[in-house]
Amino acid sequence: MSGARVEILAGIRRSLRRGPLDGPTEAELRARVAAHRRNLVPARAAALDHAGQIDLFVAMTEAAQATVTRVPSAAAIPEAVARFLAAENLPAELVVAPDPGLDDIPWETRPLLRIRRGRPEPEDAVSLTPCFAAVAETGTLMLVSGAKTPTTLNFLPDTHIAVVRAGQIVASYEDGWDRLRAATVPAAPAPGLPRTVNFITGPSRTGDIEQRIVLGAHGPRRLHIVVVDDRQESDGQEAKDGQTQG
Amino acid sequence: MLATSRNFEANARAGLADRNLQRALAMMTESGFPARRREAVAALPEFEALREVGSAIKEHTLANLDFYLELYEANVIAAGGEVHWARTPEEARDAVLRICRAAHSRTVTKGKSMIAEEIGLNDFLEANRITPVETDLGEYIIQLRHEPPSHLIAPAMHLVKEQVADTFRAEHRTLDPGRPLAEPRQLCDEARALLRPRFLAADVGITGANFLVAETGSSIIVTNEGNGDLTQTLPRVHIVLASLEKLVPSFEDAASLLRVLARSATGQEFSSYTTVSTGPRRPGDLDGPEAYHVVLLDNGRSAMLGGEFHDMLRCIRCGACMNHCPVYAAVGGHAYGWVYPGPMGAVLTPSLIGIDEAAALPNASTLCGRCESVCPVKIPLPKMLRHWREREFARKLTPRVWRSGLSLWAWVARRPALYHALTEIASRGLGWAGGRRGRFRSLPFAGGWTAVRDLPAPEGRSFHRLWAERLKRARTR
Amino acid sequence: MAERRARVGLFVTCLVDLFRPTVGFAAVKLLEEAGCTVEVPWAQTCCGQPAYNSGDRADAKAIAIQVIDAFAGYDYVVAPSGSCAGMIRQHYPELVADDPAVLPRARELAARTWELVSFLVDIRGVRRIAAQWPRETTYHDACSGLRELGVRDQPRLLLASVEGLRLRELPGAEVCCGFGGTFCVKYPDISDKMVDDKAADIAATGATAVLAGDLGCLLNIAGKLTRRGQPVEVRHIAEVLAGMTGDVPPIGMSR
Repeated sequence: MSGARVEILAGIRRSLRRGPLDGPTEAELRARVAAHRRNLVPARAAALDHAGQIDLFVAMTEAAQATVTRVPSAAAIPEAVARFLAAENLPAELVVAPDPGLDDIPWETRPLLRIRRGRPEPEDAVSLTPCFAAVAETGTLMLVSGAKTPTTLNFLPDTHIAVVRAGQIVASYEDGWDRLRAATVPAAPAPGLPRTVNFITGPSRTGDIEQRIVLGAHGPRRLHIVVVDDRQESDGQEAKDGQTQG
Repeated sequence: MLATSRNFEANARAGLADRNLQRALAMMTESGFPARRREAVAALPEFEALREVGSAIKEHTLANLDFYLELYEANVIAAGGEVHWARTPEEARDAVLRICRAAHSRTVTKGKSMIAEEIGLNDFLEANRITPVETDLGEYIIQLRHEPPSHLIAPAMHLVKEQVADTFRAEHRTLDPGRPLAEPRQLCDEARALLRPRFLAADVGITGANFLVAETGSSIIVTNEGNGDLTQTLPRVHIVLASLEKLVPSFEDAASLLRVLARSATGQEFSSYTTVSTGPRRPGDLDGPEAYHVVLLDNGRSAMLGGEFHDMLRCIRCGACMNHCPVYAAVGGHAYGWVYPGPMGAVLTPSLIGIDEAAALPNASTLCGRCESVCPVKIPLPKMLRHWREREFARKLTPRVWRSGLSLWAWVARRPALYHALTEIASRGLGWAGGRRGRFRSLPFAGGWTAVRDLPAPEGRSFHRLWAERLKRARTR
Repeated sequence: MAERRARVGLFVTCLVDLFRPTVGFAAVKLLEEAGCTVEVPWAQTCCGQPAYNSGDRADAKAIAIQVIDAFAGYDYVVAPSGSCAGMIRQHYPELVADDPAVLPRARELAARTWELVSFLVDIRGVRRIAAQWPRETTYHDACSGLRELGVRDQPRLLLASVEGLRLRELPGAEVCCGFGGTFCVKYPDISDKMVDDKAADIAATGATAVLAGDLGCLLNIAGKLTRRGQPVEVRHIAEVLAGMTGDVPPIGMSR
């Protein structure tokens, strides 16, 4: 197979009418990559303050057929979930990501909700996961795989409930990715990224038959987002966070 | 995939006569994709600027493709993956087979991949007693029907729902024959239910890639169904099939291109699922594949670099060109005879399978330019269609009758005196023959025109003669 | 202070020359009313598109040089056709790019070549036309004019000032009519479908007339409309703006 590699690279250079790039040029290109320089980022979300970004996130994700409930704190999540499941006529049980980020949810206040923490089984109808970030620009959730956040929770059950904290809402995909870079432990020489980063905008859908949109093709047919708007005292800090990435 | 591009004219005629196809194409009308794209573009003031940005990113990458491929490979390996370089479809197929055999694979789930179509992967796997299961709804439908895809992102768009229902009834024999299958909802639910166990049982999952990110060794897939994600997360082995030009340098570069991709393809702000995958599962992960392989295919891309068709390498496979093409809207995707239909197919196919086989495709266009105007990365498609015509002309692939006719006409056109004389004769003759009706229902040598429309008759005098007479009158006054 | 009148060389176009000289005379009238003197270089025949789009660069280039020579010295070159003006403006420089003797002249010509309606509005500053034509009419945007030269708002601006004229926007106005030069005879079935769709779109507007700025499109559309028995008046926009619709029947209609 290395024969193919050598030939392909040689073929590229032949077509470009040059030899391999010299040291300084390669160093420049490496520096360009390492600089993580942003190209044009639309003003739509970036020009808003954090409160505006939260509202934009909600509006954009609803436009993509997700549903949203805003709650003031994690304490309100169990009731919000219970109401949602009842309204959708879904059974009161869910599989929840074993992520410590969800440990502050007082499920015991809603004892009729049956909670299991772990990976989804084929029979699970509803999952609940945390998010890593949420992009206001297009109402897009950013979720990462990990030891406590199995990717299959985002796809196997028919209904996916995602918990987003206000402080996780950022303006752009670039903002989200910068947070990921900062959060992942660099393991030399690998970049240390998770196996999977999902950018999710609304529920699963297809238009493959007569271009008529049908929700729930293979992934969840319902995406419900619980936005925990717990900003009060940390308001100033988050507004600053929202703007440093601009 | 076996090409029938040679038979474009016959294919096109069959497409025009196919009532189901014409009904399906009518659903792809101006109020569909074009209208939705227009709305999406209107909602993003920076869209025009992003087309320029996207083109520049692609051009920069192509100019340094060797560097970025090597960087990409190093990062795939660092993340625990493997890269397999394939010059030809054969090498790519062999690489996939080796990986599947090493995994003792019996069934393989597939996300949508045009590269897989290009290399004829499904037939090859079946011949080697491995069962490929298409999971994208459109791909699943056409797999059951043994048809190729007819559109870049909506593979079954040539079908009406009744045809899909007929296929499901014929192929899903364990289900109650009396069940209702009249609506897309019912068809989709049935496919979902039948494919779910197959997702769970697959040993290997194969996806394509919209982008490969050199910075991190990641692959990015853009889907709406979630099938790609189930395909690449549930099995033990994940294989990514991608051609060389899918490379972009950094995540930021991918983000810029992603902003124009969904908007150009379906008018969505962002697809339901945009997934970045890097290597196999990490220690401690609760799910994910144990092995991650990337098969990098050349198959003519490196030869296109720096040449007349270099710009085609910028293509991000959005399908906007065919959504806006009146020729595609008339004949459908199968007429083009191979993997890639529409304007981008007419330009790319001759580069990949040769101009002899694909000669008809660059000619079946009015060069109206609508494709270029909606291309998110500003590929000059009409210019490249013309380049193919030039190559055909130089190699005398253009039919004799056209070459002679053109030569004769050009010879006359370079002799104004003769040209003016002939034009006067023709305008008088045809003007007179057109009579009081002012048009011809039929005319010798104009059968191609008059078979389907009348030919308006000339006024009866040529402009140049009338102008000369007017000047003369003015002088003698 | 008397301004020297702009000296315009009219690029007649081969189709106007053969089929409908009235369009040429309408163009002359409009140009003169816009303060130009108009001459018609004799040594012009065609812009060379048929050869160029068929891949015959050699013939196309020879014809281009003939055009470049014939139109030397004029302040402007104006054509009642977006495709011919586009050929000269957008494609001549590329066509002779490998010929250093000709390239500068091609660029120079390209820079002063215009489609008629956009010339009147964008260069001569015409905003209103004193003409009348009481019709419910629709308008087809010819592809080259639209996409190569940006001709879209200018015809609508001038039509809006024509007395009695009411413009109904055509759904899919910017979709190709299927003429495409040699395309319509090389792929008659596909061309037929395209022009049939165009005729159906015209019918859907309820308009009794259709206008455009390119005679190729108009011959194609008119021929399909009469074949379909659809009684719609087809004219070149110049005829309407110049008030010369009385001089000649609509395209393809009886005298």
